[in-house]
Amino acid sequence: MEMVNIKINNTPLSVPKGISILEAARYAGIEIPTLCFLKDINEIGACRICMVEVKGARSLVTACVYPVNEGMEIFTNTEKVRTSRKHTLELILSTHRRNCLSCVRSGSCELQQLCKEFNVQDEEHYAGRMPDFEFDDSAAHMIRDNSKCILCRRCVAACQEQNVAVIGANARGFDTHISSAFDKDLADVSCVSCGQCIVNCPTGALREKDDTDKVLAAINDPSKFVVVHTAPSIRVTLGEAFGMHIGTNVQGKMVAALRRLGFDKVFDTDFAADLTIVEEANELIERVQNGGVLPMITSCSPGWIKYCEHYYPDQLAHLSTCKSPQQMFGATIKTWYANAMGLDPANIVVVGIMPCTAKKFETQRNDQAAAGYPDVDIALTTRELARMIESAGIYFRNLPDEEFDNPLGEGTGAAVIFGATGGVMEAALRTAVEKLTGEELQSLDFKEVRGTDGIKEASYTVGGLTVKVAAVSGLKNAHTIMEKVRNGTADYTFIEVMCCPGGCVNGGGQPVQHAVVRNFVDLKGRRAAALYEADKDLPVRKSHESEAIKRVYAEYFGTPGSHVAHEVLHTSYVPRPKYK
Amino acid sequence: MNSLAQLKEIKDRTVDKIVLPEGSDNIRVVVGLATCGIAAGARPVFDALVQGVSNAGLDEKVTVAQTGCIGVCQYEPVVEVLQAGKERVTYVKMTAEKAAEVIEKHLKGGKVIEEYTIGYYTRADENAEIKYSLMDTPFCKTQKRVALRNCGVIDPESIDDYIAMDGYAAIGKVLTQMKPEDVIQCVKDSGLRGRGGGGFSTGLKWSFTAANKADQKYVVCNADEGDPGAFMDRSVLEGDPHAIVEAMTICGYATGATEGYIYVRAEYPIAVKRLGIAIEQAKEYGLLGKNIFGSGFDFDLHIRLGAGAFVCGEETALMTSIEGNRGEPRPRPPYPAVKGLFGKPTTENNVETFANIPQIILNGADWFASMGTEKSKGTKVFALGGKINNTGLVEIPMGTTLGEIINEIGGGIPNGKKFKAAQTGGPSGGCIPASLSDTEIDYDNLTAIGCMMGSGGLIVMDEDTCMVDIAKFFLNFTVDESCGKCSPCRIGTMRMKEILEKITDGKGTLEDIDKLEELASHVKANSLCGLGQTAPNPVLATLRFFRDEYIAHVVDKKCPAGVCKALLNYSIDPEKCKGCTLCARNCPVGAISGTVKEPHTIDRSICIKCGVCMQNCKFDAITRA
Amino acid sequence: MIKKVSKIPFSGTPEQEQQLKAVIDESKHDKHLLMTVMQKAQDIYGYLPFEVQVMIAEGMDVPLEKVYGVSTFYAQFALSPKGKYNISVCLGTACYVKGSQAVLDKICEELGIEPGECTADGKFSVEECRCIGACGLAPVFTINDDVYGRATADQIKGILAKYE
Repeated sequence: MEMVNIKINNTPLSVPKGISILEAARYAGIEIPTLCFLKDINEIGACRICMVEVKGARSLVTACVYPVNEGMEIFTNTEKVRTSRKHTLELILSTHRRNCLSCVRSGSCELQQLCKEFNVQDEEHYAGRMPDFEFDDSAAHMIRDNSKCILCRRCVAACQEQNVAVIGANARGFDTHISSAFDKDLADVSCVSCGQCIVNCPTGALREKDDTDKVLAAINDPSKFVVVHTAPSIRVTLGEAFGMHIGTNVQGKMVAALRRLGFDKVFDTDFAADLTIVEEANELIERVQNGGVLPMITSCSPGWIKYCEHYYPDQLAHLSTCKSPQQMFGATIKTWYANAMGLDPANIVVVGIMPCTAKKFETQRNDQAAAGYPDVDIALTTRELARMIESAGIYFRNLPDEEFDNPLGEGTGAAVIFGATGGVMEAALRTAVEKLTGEELQSLDFKEVRGTDGIKEASYTVGGLTVKVAAVSGLKNAHTIMEKVRNGTADYTFIEVMCCPGGCVNGGGQPVQHAVVRNFVDLKGRRAAALYEADKDLPVRKSHESEAIKRVYAEYFGTPGSHVAHEVLHTSYVPRPKYK
Repeated sequence: MNSLAQLKEIKDRTVDKIVLPEGSDNIRVVVGLATCGIAAGARPVFDALVQGVSNAGLDEKVTVAQTGCIGVCQYEPVVEVLQAGKERVTYVKMTAEKAAEVIEKHLKGGKVIEEYTIGYYTRADENAEIKYSLMDTPFCKTQKRVALRNCGVIDPESIDDYIAMDGYAAIGKVLTQMKPEDVIQCVKDSGLRGRGGGGFSTGLKWSFTAANKADQKYVVCNADEGDPGAFMDRSVLEGDPHAIVEAMTICGYATGATEGYIYVRAEYPIAVKRLGIAIEQAKEYGLLGKNIFGSGFDFDLHIRLGAGAFVCGEETALMTSIEGNRGEPRPRPPYPAVKGLFGKPTTENNVETFANIPQIILNGADWFASMGTEKSKGTKVFALGGKINNTGLVEIPMGTTLGEIINEIGGGIPNGKKFKAAQTGGPSGGCIPASLSDTEIDYDNLTAIGCMMGSGGLIVMDEDTCMVDIAKFFLNFTVDESCGKCSPCRIGTMRMKEILEKITDGKGTLEDIDKLEELASHVKANSLCGLGQTAPNPVLATLRFFRDEYIAHVVDKKCPAGVCKALLNYSIDPEKCKGCTLCARNCPVGAISGTVKEPHTIDRSICIKCGVCMQNCKFDAITRA
Repeated sequence: MIKKVSKIPFSGTPEQEQQLKAVIDESKHDKHLLMTVMQKAQDIYGYLPFEVQVMIAEGMDVPLEKVYGVSTFYAQFALSPKGKYNISVCLGTACYVKGSQAVLDKICEELGIEPGECTADGKFSVEECRCIGACGLAPVFTINDDVYGRATADQIKGILAKYE
């Protein structure tokens, strides 16, 4: 790599040629502040916070996009630089509704943090007219409050990366605002509810719809039996909300916290992930053997399902009819479990703790009420759970490790890796290969489908059958694959699609990380690594070997794909219009 | 066409039509049919001349041709009669009826109708001799036409006309005798600097693009002339479109580009039409397309229309717009020479810059460098407007003083008012106060006084112009035109505008002036693109030269120029008032009271300061202060 | 400026749709031509309502929001229909200095609408425009293709009366 010699704040150092001043400064241990910058996807130089002085330059330069060259002398903390950043912050504040005390992002707001760092003392310094703003709470999963938008456009970039692009900059000048075409409500456009905009927002302009009050009300209602279950990835991300290292597995503390919050039962969605694998593997084998529609595509990710319904309404037959693990879980609780425990499903409240905002939309879908009641009543994001724990005064880091309740607290290694891209595929292969060959697998690791690449392909020969698979994450990649499916050139047998880039570990409901982390830390990789660690350590690593699974089939479902299984665990899809 | 000989053949065939040879008794009549002329009614004049000449059986002898802008806006429609060996006659403010008279008396009868000529309007007094030709007026005398040389001379819709005036000889020379590096050296040596704003060396700019290797490069012509009050690019496009086609081809050869885009304001339909015709004609003649002049060099041109966004005059925004997006600028680096249009190395120049290129190639770098000042070579076209007697386009050598432009070329300020300041560079520029009338206008002198050449709008202001109001006007413009991408410009310009409104509303404080200055410096230093970086200039310049006016607004609560309504007070002088009641009867809000034949009074709490009373008073009894 | 989206129901004809389809067909190979297509669509329909923008988005295979973003960025694109007579008042420097604001105010007052609006009978619409380059004739306004130079507020009533 070609290197150049530069000085940052008089410290000489050698850095790779062509990298930005922002990145070069990190070599010198200096973090230059940014608001709009997202590496690779939003390098637009718009917020003007990262301005630095460069010796010989006519004016301040934009560190996030300006490349270093030989002999460059950079100053990141001069009076001029600090004053410039402060005034820019004061200008931004003058168009930002400053009800910070009650803002969900108070304490994690990047704007607030910068104002503190740059000693902004008068938030009214440039007070003036506020732009007209809209407040949009039409969508099931989120709220857009443009009065807090600072027009960094990170959400726009995230939405474009997802190939959804239903939000963008409209109008111009002072009236520029982020909204949908014709300023329609989010509920009226083809938003897929993935929430990637939310986790990329530096302020409180975008947030999930908060359903914690509903949960608390259910817990406080003595007539309700409140069951909570946690998605595979929550255990490796929840700790971040309490200042723990990225990739810390906090399963035991999470269970303890949920119990202390007053849930009647604390279960693991992993159980339903195993159930999904058993049903899905069966569906796949049936399709292969009976000439069904192939490639079959996974249906665990509700953002992906909604995307497919809006953008590929003609390809819905490719989707597995299996409900997602969240919904299978709720359906099982309100049928088999209710019956087994002698409970009236009308009085059961199922709460899912999900890495995902689209899960909020999913609970409201049709054909998701096996017992005549919605399979799942409330879906909370990781962030909402963290807020509940905080507000209950629970000191999370000091909690003891506790175990899930049984029987639906049992999950296999195959289930826990559902949280990462390729995980569902690997879990399915562990079961499908054994079913097809009738032999026990020598190695359970299907490494070809691991890793954070957007599209991973592999081909296996199983019992004389060649199975070509792909694991895809991020809807831009899903689009690439679906174009092939549509034009008939996708020669896969089975495709796993996860809506969010990297899978659920990077879901739109996960703890918000500062842009610096998103830019320079392998967030998805480190969270996923913790899941693969957990898989390695589990005694049972194949879904069909789960004792709990064996029990529910023996007592209720009979065999995979049975009539009862279809009634309870499968669902249907509807074409949705792109424009309303 | 694939040889210089063929080009010469066309020239020889056509030139006599345009420059009538000695001894010829033919007559050439040209009618200015640029936007200004058409707006003033030149189309019916042209039609009347064509029809009238034909009806009079003069077809053999008289050619009636359309041409571009002659430059004297307030005298449009303009018709010129040219005859070999005779003084040219410039008829102004023409109508179809006057045209018929000209055919009858002048074209047939050989007698100039003096009272229709420009000299009749511009003579010093009634007894002064009437000069027939525009060229003899002070407006034209000191002009030196390079970029505008063909405007008002040739028919812009005729490629043969252009060729007759040595058109396409420069690209012929370049492709047959020069290497690309020779072309760049010639442009460098000429000292030509970008006429669109910053004044960057054109030759240097070309050399940057030339130095980058790529499978595709582009030439872009910025014809998104957006400065309010500037229209020189429109004039060139309407009057001499082939010059741009030729210049872009030269640039393509020099920089290694084979495709060009002309980005024109959609508000210029005539320019767009004539450019389209020029491109088609050039293609037909093989002057665009494959293997031009048999040199193996290919070049093609496309027109793209703007859609009303001032920011698209900024080079990266313009390219973003050509790519079909919101015209938002991109951060630089990477510079367009490295990564421009469609991500490929691109050279962008504006219309006036390109218009100079063929002349530089034909006449040599030294010829061009002999005009102008040490660091600003050649001529500059200015659009003279505002409170000045002669409005229009003037092309003058760099280094002409502001005083010469205003007093000689512009003919001074109307109605005996005093010259106060001139605004250059539109919303990106500053103002030059009357005290600096001796400033020789070139890039560096203007920059030195916090001003900017800009594209060449020159708006003259007299004592009745309030400088705070002017600053507010330009800020209104930039607030409207800010693209909204970067925070300092999007929010900062609005906040500056608000402070200026506060000041002109009489609610300003001295702290507001400080804050305005602080904001202006901040927006200038921190904005993403040229629009934001220059948007504070009108504020900074007026603060620098007319701070006393700002102080008068905030401390004395007075607008010295009597413009800012909120600060005006109307009062009736009881000495002069005869009690005629006219003012009271006309006051729309009933703010004036009094009995007949007694002095009236104005109730300031009701008065809306519309000024109707003052307009109506026959005794000069009403004053405004 | 936030553009006003028309509430008047869309009334495009099959002929117009045919024309737009032809425009899209010749441009859809190159997404960079989006703006050109939008300009031609506006020539066909007079403005760019939702229905037209959807046709463009689908035809050019770009997100509808992108089309809308472009349509709200450039002054020239209209989201409301223009009146039978569209009045456009130049507010460029020269015209402003010579009093074009008063002319605009008078026109708005006479018609009872704001700039950017169309009268209820669809007869007149008014807009502000940037310099049209006829500064020598300042202040200038246009009614469709008719240019009125050296305009004053008192002429307005008489001029408007000429348009039926």
